[in-house]
Amino acid sequence: MFKLSIVSPERTLYEDNVESLIVPGGDGYLGVLSHHAPLISTLKVGEITFRDTDKKEVIMATSGGFIEVSDNVASILVDTAEFLDEIDLSRAENELHRAEELLNVTVTAADHDRAVHSREKARNRINLVKKYK
Amino acid sequence: MPTPRDIRKRIRAVVSTSQITKAMQMVAAARLRKAQQMVEQSRPYSEKMRLILEQISSASAEVEHPFFQQREVKVRVLVVFTSDRGMCGSFNTNVVRQAVRILKEPGAENIKLVLVGKKGEDFFRRQSWPILKVYKGLQGRMNLEVVRDLTDYLINLFVSGEADHVQLLYTRFKSMVSYKLSVADFLPINPPKSDKIVTRQYIFEPDPKQIFGALMPAYALTIIQMALADSLASEHGTRMIAMSLATRNAEEMVDTLTLQYNKARQGAITKELLEVVSGSEALRG
Repeated sequence: MFKLSIVSPERTLYEDNVESLIVPGGDGYLGVLSHHAPLISTLKVGEITFRDTDKKEVIMATSGGFIEVSDNVASILVDTAEFLDEIDLSRAENELHRAEELLNVTVTAADHDRAVHSREKARNRINLVKKYK
Repeated sequence: MPTPRDIRKRIRAVVSTSQITKAMQMVAAARLRKAQQMVEQSRPYSEKMRLILEQISSASAEVEHPFFQQREVKVRVLVVFTSDRGMCGSFNTNVVRQAVRILKEPGAENIKLVLVGKKGEDFFRRQSWPILKVYKGLQGRMNLEVVRDLTDYLINLFVSGEADHVQLLYTRFKSMVSYKLSVADFLPINPPKSDKIVTRQYIFEPDPKQIFGALMPAYALTIIQMALADSLASEHGTRMIAMSLATRNAEEMVDTLTLQYNKARQGAITKELLEVVSGSEALRG
């Protein structure tokens, strides 16, 4: 068991003890258990899964961020993240649609990257909903 | 001498004004609470962010990032945080006055403005200083979309070389009754340095440099967010005070007017009585 806190710039999303944690690290998904070695990693767009003390599995979609683990405390900083049941499927589909349209018209590299990123985010949300519902 | 009727009318007007100011005071109080909450809630994020930054800076000797680039300052950008709405005492006047003071300093000819809030725009639109962009429509609420837009825009200015120095002019919230005008450097960013000696050996994934690159934009975002949250809290605090003063003044005014009204009414009664008495005296003859 270790402490997990998930915070976004707006608020604290989760703060409690958990049994295990899986996050989309910069070099691929990585699992965290109690007494993990100190770690700092980036997070990619993907799925955060953790098992709380009642052995219940909780799933979140994130658009990326950072994780820091030390002294049996895992802190996740996310740009945005939502619990599975908070995901609005129709909104995600709209966003995917818009991102794909945007991808066809963008010229600058920065705009392109942004469009790709929002396409990733939308796909991630849709995939998660389809996977677990 | 105003008639009792006129005075009554004025009393009614003042009472309804005080009801409005009272309501505004209450709204401001609620918004202030929200803004303070916002600051509290975003604190864990920014503190953790700082910690990670310090860890990385001390782990890898030489950290480089475009945001750190110090260069000869040809163009300066001043971001001025004002409110969208008035009725908040001297809040906007103070911010704008400070901005003008900075703009009039010697060597300030290269300053361009980015304005947040409608009040700032209203003032600077009629002046000759160049305005790059205006952000309004916040209506006294925190809006992370706007914060993201603004941060991206400023970063873009700096990285593309259109601006060499970006500063923020905003009010730092101290308490309900006081705030402090502050000018903070935004870009280039001074890397936070840890004064504690780090004993932990972190695993970095991927390497520190890449994490650093990903971290900087998020760090920049929290700086802007904090500035806006501070500005909003100061705005609502000042408005609350201004409105509670206005309410008190209105109440005092009602008191004096009521006194006047009673005097006038008494005067009128006395006059009538005199007339009746003197009339009957005359009849008795």
